[in-house]
Amino acid sequence: MSLELLIQNALLVFLFVLCLIAIELKDLLYSVIVLAGASITLAVIFFMLQAPDIAITQAAVGAGVMTVLFVIAISRTRRQE
Amino acid sequence: MAGMTVIVRTIARLLFPFTFLFGAYIVLHGHLTPGGGFPGGVIIAASVVMLFLAYGIERAQKRVGFLHAEVLESVGGLAIVVLGLFGILLGITFLQNVFPLGTLGQLFSAGNLPLLYLGVGTKVAAGLILIFYAMLFAFRGGEE
Amino acid sequence: MQRVLALGMVLVIGALLVFTVSTNLLPFGSFPMRKIGENFENSIGQQILENAPLQTGAANVVTSVVWGYRGYDTLGEVTVLFTAVVGVVMIFRAFRRRE
Repeated sequence: MSLELLIQNALLVFLFVLCLIAIELKDLLYSVIVLAGASITLAVIFFMLQAPDIAITQAAVGAGVMTVLFVIAISRTRRQE
Repeated sequence: MAGMTVIVRTIARLLFPFTFLFGAYIVLHGHLTPGGGFPGGVIIAASVVMLFLAYGIERAQKRVGFLHAEVLESVGGLAIVVLGLFGILLGITFLQNVFPLGTLGQLFSAGNLPLLYLGVGTKVAAGLILIFYAMLFAFRGGEE
Repeated sequence: MQRVLALGMVLVIGALLVFTVSTNLLPFGSFPMRKIGENFENSIGQQILENAPLQTGAANVVTSVVWGYRGYDTLGEVTVLFTAVVGVVMIFRAFRRRE
C-alpha cells in the first residue's frame, strides 16, 4: 500500500468519524462546526483524487456558505436538539 | 444582528479585499484554471456575508440593499440568455461560440466563455446574498 | 373535451419519446460514450480531450465541456438556482407579513 493510498484511507476514516460525531452531538451549533470540518476533509479527498474544481466548490460551499446559513437558522430556532 | 467586537471588525475589514479578489480571480480565470462561475460567486458572497456579520446588518444594508441584490441576480441571468441569443443572431444555434477565439491560454480568449462565467458569478453571488437577507429578516420586522 | 385532448397529446408525445429512445438511440454506456477494449481513440471522452482546446479556445477542458459542449445543461442549472432563490425569498416574505 503506497503512502498516498494510506493517507487517503486515513482521511476517509476521519471523515466517517466526523460525520458520526456531527450526528451524535446534542448541541446543534457544535454539530454544524464539526460538519464544516467534515466538508473540508471531503475537499482534501477530492483534491487528492485530482478533481480541483470540485474541491474548490466543496470547500467554498460546505465550509463557507452552508455554515453561515445553518448558524442563522439555529439562531432563529432552538439551539439544543 | 448587532455586530461584533472591534477585533472581529478589524480582522474582517482587513480580510475582505483579499477574499473578494480571490473570488474575482476564480471567476475571471474560469476558462484557464480550475474554478469557474459557481465557486467564485460563492467565495464573493461569503466575503460580503463575513463583512455583514462583523459590522451588523443595519449598517450593511445602507451599502448593499435588498433591491440591489435582486437586480444584480436578474441581470446576471439575463446576460446569459442575451449571450445565448447572440449565438442565434451571428451564428446558427443558441449559445454558439461566435466571438473570436484568440490564442490559447490568454486571458482574453475562448470567445464568450469568460462572459458567460461573469454572468454566472454575478448571479450566484447576488443570489446567495439574497438568501442570506431573506433568512435574516424572516422573523422580525424591518423594511427592505 | 379540452382535458381529453391534453391527455391524448401527452400520451402521444410520451409514446413517441419512448419509441425514439428505445429504438433509434444507442444503448447507454456502449462504445462511443466510453472507451471499451481496443476502441480507445474514437470514444467521446478522448475526442473531447483532443479537440476541446481547438474548438472552444479554452485551456480548461472542464469549462469547454460545461459551457461549450453542454451549454443547455448549465443553463438549466442556472435556472434551478434562480428558482431556489425565488422560492426562499417568497416563503420568508410570507412569514414576515403574517407577524
